[in-house]
Amino acid sequence: MAAVGTSVERKDGLGKATGRALYADDVAFPGMLYGRTIRTTIPRGRIRSMRLDFDADGFTVVDYRDIPGKNIVALIEPDQPFLVEREVRHIAEPVLLLAHEDREKLLGANVVIEYDAEAPVLDPLVSTVTLKKVGIDKGDVDAALASADLVVDGTYRTGHQEHVYIEPNGVIAVPEQNGIAVHGSIQCPFYVVKAMRSLLGPDAFVRVVQTETGGGFGGKEEYPSMVSGHAALLALKSGRPVKIVYDRTEDMLATTKRHPSIVRHRTGVSRDGRIVAMDVEVVMDGGAYVTLSPVVLSRGCIHAAGPYKCANTRIRGRAMFTNTPPNGAFRGFGAPQTLFAVEAHIDRVAEAVGMDPVAFRELNALRPGDTTATGQTMMGDCSAVEVLREAVKRSDFARKRAEYAGTGRGIGLSLFYHGAGFTGSGEVRLSSKAKLELTPTGVRVLVSSTDIGQGTRTMHAQIVADSLGVPYEAVEVAQPDTALVPDSGPTVASRTCMVVGKILLQCAHEMREKMRGLTPAEYFAQHGPLSVTREHEPPTWIKWDDDTYSGDAYATFAWGCNVAEVEINRDTYEVRPTKLTAVLEIGKAIHPALARGQIEGGSAQGLGYALIEHVVMQDGAMVNASLTNYTIPTTLDTPEMDVAILENPYTDGPFGAKGLGELPIDGPAPAVVNAIRHLGIDVREIPATPELVMAACDSR
Amino acid sequence: MRFTLNGKAANVAAHPMARLLDVLREECGLTGTKEGCGEGECGACTVLVDGEPVCACLVPFAQVADQRVVTIEGLGDGHPLQHHFLNEAGAQCGICTPGMIMVACTLPPNASLDEIRTALAGNLCRCTGYEAIYRAIAKAAEQGAARVAT
Amino acid sequence: MRTAISALELRQPSTLDEALRMMRDEKLVPLAGTTDVYVSVNFGTLTAQRFIDLWPLDPLREIAVRGSVLSIGALASYTTIIRSPDVNARLPMLIESARQIGGAQIQNRGTLGGNIANGSPAGDTLPVLAVAEAVLVLRTIDGERRVPFSQFYTGYRASVLRPDELIVAVEFGPLEGRQWFRKVGTRAAQAISKVVMAGVRGPLPRIALGSVAATVVRLPLTERALASGTAIDDAERVLQSEIKPLDDVRSTAEYRRRVAGNLLRRFWAESA
Repeated sequence: MAAVGTSVERKDGLGKATGRALYADDVAFPGMLYGRTIRTTIPRGRIRSMRLDFDADGFTVVDYRDIPGKNIVALIEPDQPFLVEREVRHIAEPVLLLAHEDREKLLGANVVIEYDAEAPVLDPLVSTVTLKKVGIDKGDVDAALASADLVVDGTYRTGHQEHVYIEPNGVIAVPEQNGIAVHGSIQCPFYVVKAMRSLLGPDAFVRVVQTETGGGFGGKEEYPSMVSGHAALLALKSGRPVKIVYDRTEDMLATTKRHPSIVRHRTGVSRDGRIVAMDVEVVMDGGAYVTLSPVVLSRGCIHAAGPYKCANTRIRGRAMFTNTPPNGAFRGFGAPQTLFAVEAHIDRVAEAVGMDPVAFRELNALRPGDTTATGQTMMGDCSAVEVLREAVKRSDFARKRAEYAGTGRGIGLSLFYHGAGFTGSGEVRLSSKAKLELTPTGVRVLVSSTDIGQGTRTMHAQIVADSLGVPYEAVEVAQPDTALVPDSGPTVASRTCMVVGKILLQCAHEMREKMRGLTPAEYFAQHGPLSVTREHEPPTWIKWDDDTYSGDAYATFAWGCNVAEVEINRDTYEVRPTKLTAVLEIGKAIHPALARGQIEGGSAQGLGYALIEHVVMQDGAMVNASLTNYTIPTTLDTPEMDVAILENPYTDGPFGAKGLGELPIDGPAPAVVNAIRHLGIDVREIPATPELVMAACDSR
Repeated sequence: MRFTLNGKAANVAAHPMARLLDVLREECGLTGTKEGCGEGECGACTVLVDGEPVCACLVPFAQVADQRVVTIEGLGDGHPLQHHFLNEAGAQCGICTPGMIMVACTLPPNASLDEIRTALAGNLCRCTGYEAIYRAIAKAAEQGAARVAT
Repeated sequence: MRTAISALELRQPSTLDEALRMMRDEKLVPLAGTTDVYVSVNFGTLTAQRFIDLWPLDPLREIAVRGSVLSIGALASYTTIIRSPDVNARLPMLIESARQIGGAQIQNRGTLGGNIANGSPAGDTLPVLAVAEAVLVLRTIDGERRVPFSQFYTGYRASVLRPDELIVAVEFGPLEGRQWFRKVGTRAAQAISKVVMAGVRGPLPRIALGSVAATVVRLPLTERALASGTAIDDAERVLQSEIKPLDDVRSTAEYRRRVAGNLLRRFWAESA
């Protein structure tokens, strides 16, 4: 029986349900010390002096002078230090590292830092420092706007969002072979290797091993490089293993969050409802260092015009510097922000021309043969219309839209898409690799892709089993250990199945040919070991120009439509989601239960983003940095979800699969805001907290 | 201090004000109970004390003297909930799973969906959106999962 | 950044009298279910170092009706309260408030005495105790006294409780009239209240609010206005004069005022 397409038994084993699975804080090494990070308490200025106000006996103390290589966290731009030297650019910036055997002594150590403070820049609209600019042009927007029958203008805002992986960041650095091994909660082991080579010197021995990881969502894409570097410095100086595990408050205060955005749309539309011009301005708050802002902005801008056909499009994006902790990767990576804006805007445009939101979208939705804002031609697997029709049908949208009017209930929808894999030439530059190794009983998968809950181990094993023609039970997946696995690229960008799974499929086909009909056991007995390593072969038809930002941005897109039903409490202005319909077209559901899990989980995060997840910033710091005060949805906050998966295969994907991980979080927020609009309340900002909804009601 | 841990008599030396969570994870070497927040919000540290789910990060060790404490390890690996949590994908990353199971194993087999939601309102999951957790519990109930003897 | 546990001391009395003697001899912070105190331990914001464990003192858990008085022991957990037939019969608004505190794990450990002693302006049971005109039974080694709930708090997290004194029980006389309770939190479960209101529509209306002042507050002027037949719009204006809500990380003064006013109208309409 085929493994692909079936909800086979998970490769994880029972460990997660028996308490035996080992996460970073469950792991200990002999002689291990605990590490702690001393951080800045002002958002901008310079350190004037620093004093250790404790008995340093038994302590290892590390500052920037202990760094053998470069004091730079290698990522895109070489601007972020591992440890502050003098200049302070944000609150909670790491300055000093301490380690001690006794956690109480460690936490009791007092370090006195004096600063010369300066006035921080906290508003991305006021900031004059641009971290990155993006421009996308198609046709003649100005002429089209000038001649349009109607122009609809609107500005939409999204706030920070905090990942709240239930397991905080944590790593253990262990001195090994005159270098270092890092074990930890890590999405991208080779990112950590790269950062450590910069920190310790290019010849340093570095090995990174992923421990069972309690959620990532992008929050453990780049930040683990920082934690790992810190633990490594302490381990090298002390000669002992060092564990750094953040407590929840430190994690929320200091690590990356989703970029806040301000997006302005001016849309030209003809009287018969056709979009003739889209002019979009995207501003993102990048925080104090570049980190991943260029790519977040890039993806956000590429998706900013939405899944619609429009001959004249201009998108201008900029990521701005502020004296706040740098923002970073979070599921969706720029697209949730810009898709929120365009989908909330489209409902207003539809209203302006007197069309209902379904008909307007169906008229303008991308179809095969149409081109996107970057000029990419949609192929046969473009499913915008299909997901829209299915979601509208199964949610009984039309009837409820009429019935709910004036009853305190609202229903709204959103149409969205998500390009999988790295943008344009990104996948080529990654040159990801995957390896298959025959064992005496079966085959072993060796990739650096991490399972962070989404089911990587299982899904890769399914692809290999069916491609190699061996039972699923005969496939094992190696723990990502950079000494043993090739660099498959990072576990991000919805690429783990579509890209890395495809490389594994090709490995399997090559291996199958070499095995000439023998089973692994037979082959191993007769010929000994066999392994195949292959590199990603991006489709040759992909043409992308980094300078003009035009061409084929992604190998393909996945498609989605959400319908959200909400209820408002007129006394308290609380908006409660009562049902979410999610129809997603993803090429192929390799493991239906895990695919459904991605959709339900991502949707819940999208609902939180829409309504109750509010990062409160004051003077450059998150002041509600605890789970009591930063509220993610509980069982009583999440509605009934109706999920339907459509499959319109992507010809170059493994078994037709497209990327899935991020798509689900793109749609719920605008669907909810459009449902609130159906209640007669004009909300253009998320989270649509009761306080914000009250203000919107008052200004009616 | 004497107490019953996973059905067996235990005598563990630890500071009376130490968090039960730390005593379980460190002195007792049982790392299945997780710390997600240290403020009783996430429920990842849920254990049973005298049959009732509590957050171990909010219990002073002294207060379980002579009490029956059950952790995820006390379920062994044969409880139907464990198998279903994996295969219905009620566990994705798994960090909330021990806490979820410790609450779920106290539910009556005919608990309604509303009762399940309410019982689990003190357990946060960031991966699943909870739906698969309800499916896992329903599947286990179908199989007549026995309530954990405490 | 956790509190250093090794510096803390815990007294472990086996009887209430032993506890009271210890408290006479030393300044000790009482521990019940520790659902508030241990958050401070975990966050390192605790300054106290000496504690006394009340948890094993079972007599303090008792819920009983004596004559016309319902007595709830200070150590009764929210779960115990929710399951009590006596409380369900006589104080449904207390049941309602207990059900909305935290989740099951918190309800299994949090106690009524703890909610009172902690004295947060957002304490969810406190408006209920205020409109029920509960009487707190306080005890020292020298004896017992009864303090009406309305006289217990003297300011923000401050009360008449003496350093050597424990809350042992909360007493409720018979209560006439429809009981009403609403909590407005930051989400549907496990939420700190932004506004919390309890009301009783008896021969005279009683209304109390939490999270809108430094302590829980009764609204005597609003009650009098409603009792004398004032229109609800005017009564709401009176309510606004009796509360002093603030902006904080969870909400705004403006929101709290608006919602308090709306809840008043809702209470009045629903309890008619």
